[in-house]
Amino acid sequence: MIQGLTPLETEALVLSARVAGWSVLICLPAGIAVAWILARRRFPGMWLLDGIVHLPLVLPPVVVGYVLLVLLGRSGLIGGWLHTTFGVTLAFSWQGAAVAAAVMAFPLMVRAVRLSLETMDRGLEDAARTLGAGELRVWMTVTLPLCLPGILTGTILTFARSLGEFGATITFVSNIPGETRTLPLALYSVTQVPGDPVPAIRLALISVAVALLALVVSELMARRMSARLGAGP
Amino acid sequence: MITVDIGVRLGSFTLDAGFETPSNGVTALFGRSGSGKTTIVKSIAGLVRPDRGRIAVHERVLFDRDAGVNVPTARRNLGYVFQEGRLFPHMSVRRNLLYGRRDRGGHGPGLEETVTLLGLADLLDRLPSSLSGGERQRVAIGRALLAAPRLLLMDEPLASLDTERRAEILPYLAGLRRLRDIPIIYVSHQLDEILSLADWLVLVSDGRVAANGPVEQVASEWRLTPGLDRDETVVLACRVRDHDPEFHLTRLAWTGGDLWVAGIDAEPGREVRLGIRPRDITISLLGPEQTSALNVFPARITGFEPAGRAETDVLLSAGAAILRARVTRRSASALGLAADMQVHALIKASGIDVTVRHSG
Repeated sequence: MIQGLTPLETEALVLSARVAGWSVLICLPAGIAVAWILARRRFPGMWLLDGIVHLPLVLPPVVVGYVLLVLLGRSGLIGGWLHTTFGVTLAFSWQGAAVAAAVMAFPLMVRAVRLSLETMDRGLEDAARTLGAGELRVWMTVTLPLCLPGILTGTILTFARSLGEFGATITFVSNIPGETRTLPLALYSVTQVPGDPVPAIRLALISVAVALLALVVSELMARRMSARLGAGP
Repeated sequence: MITVDIGVRLGSFTLDAGFETPSNGVTALFGRSGSGKTTIVKSIAGLVRPDRGRIAVHERVLFDRDAGVNVPTARRNLGYVFQEGRLFPHMSVRRNLLYGRRDRGGHGPGLEETVTLLGLADLLDRLPSSLSGGERQRVAIGRALLAAPRLLLMDEPLASLDTERRAEILPYLAGLRRLRDIPIIYVSHQLDEILSLADWLVLVSDGRVAANGPVEQVASEWRLTPGLDRDETVVLACRVRDHDPEFHLTRLAWTGGDLWVAGIDAEPGREVRLGIRPRDITISLLGPEQTSALNVFPARITGFEPAGRAETDVLLSAGAAILRARVTRRSASALGLAADMQVHALIKASGIDVTVRHSG
């Protein structure tokens, strides 16, 4: 129980943080990998990958939620297999909410990381190679550290986007108290009940506070990073 | 021996270059910007993949298109100093220096020696963004050396620096010549850098090797490609003999005799290189007595090359060198100059550029 919050608020806040956290954990490795492919590789059909990655950005979230339900629902193509093989059910569970949030936020992560991969000085990677570094070492010691600002931006955007995810979540995993009722869904629920406006206002303020906190933390980290990388070229 | 014989196509530019250079000392790749020098070094480093040919360093084949050999850059055991330094911005100078450190295997200096050689002691804990251009370049050179390279590639390491910074680094580069076991390939379009550093000269022009040989030979036989600032300058190797403090002159020993130049700051025995422009050599049929020129040498005319409509270059064999004198066609005709004639070449002491040869 968090001081000053009602059980319902605490539940929604903790659940939101958990969903957003897992969404970030899913998006980070996958997003960096896809961003690298899009930034560095050239292959036929690249436009298709690029398009699919960006779809959640332009599709109505409800459509994304519905597609997830069709694919990942218990009788869905992938969902059925997951259920029979691993006994995992995504539909109507908080794990499903994390997946929905991750899919919706994925393009933001990819764009942020891709941008930093495309703008970094690739000559530095060549310099590392001439110094005897193999591809893995080049990646770990040069590429990744120099992309950290982009990765940080992507992480914050993903986290914030996941906190606010509504349409795909409610379509895919519904609005189950304690399981999939995140902050926005809780807010939606209380606004459906006529009467006292205070619970809705409180939930809205909590959302604002969490978002502001995320922004401040990211700003602090970004400053430390740019001080480290140096202001010069 | 370093052997390069490659063809590279990059867009509309075609490089087709072949040369061999000795595996010690400094080989300069010299030519205009865009002539293909950098493409050659990048190919040696494996950063550009040639479309045909072969590259070998010390008998080790790094690239052979026909045999399907293409050693990855990381395993070519090179040092590469880039024009713009390319220090890792997120690492301290120390970490930059140690990034490529390999087991020594007898090649190159260790950390302490490198730090001393390049004057880096005060910079070790700083970040590259806080360094001046000259300091960055010194760190870049140190970093390349510490990778224990079997071949050091330097791609216009001074080009991004102003004159003062260049003067600051040149002595450090000269210090590298002491590391006799690391051959250096040095790319530049600055004649003075090459005269002070290089032993061997590969002249690159329009994607081809136009000449290849010891510096004096190439520079005196060849009009350095048009567009370079001191074309047709003849280069002579000399040694400082002594100084005349009263008149502030320096006497140099040259295969053609003694040569006086305006006083330079170099102790006797030092090697220097002279750049002599064709306009600073005149031809006389008389002996040395009746002229104000300090430097008069017997010479034999070996040929003529037209230089514009009114002038002609007279090629002269003096000592072991070929000199080039520019005279008007009218004078040439009045003196009756012809091939195989014995004449005197007069070189104005004030018209000679002297570059002190940096050597270990």
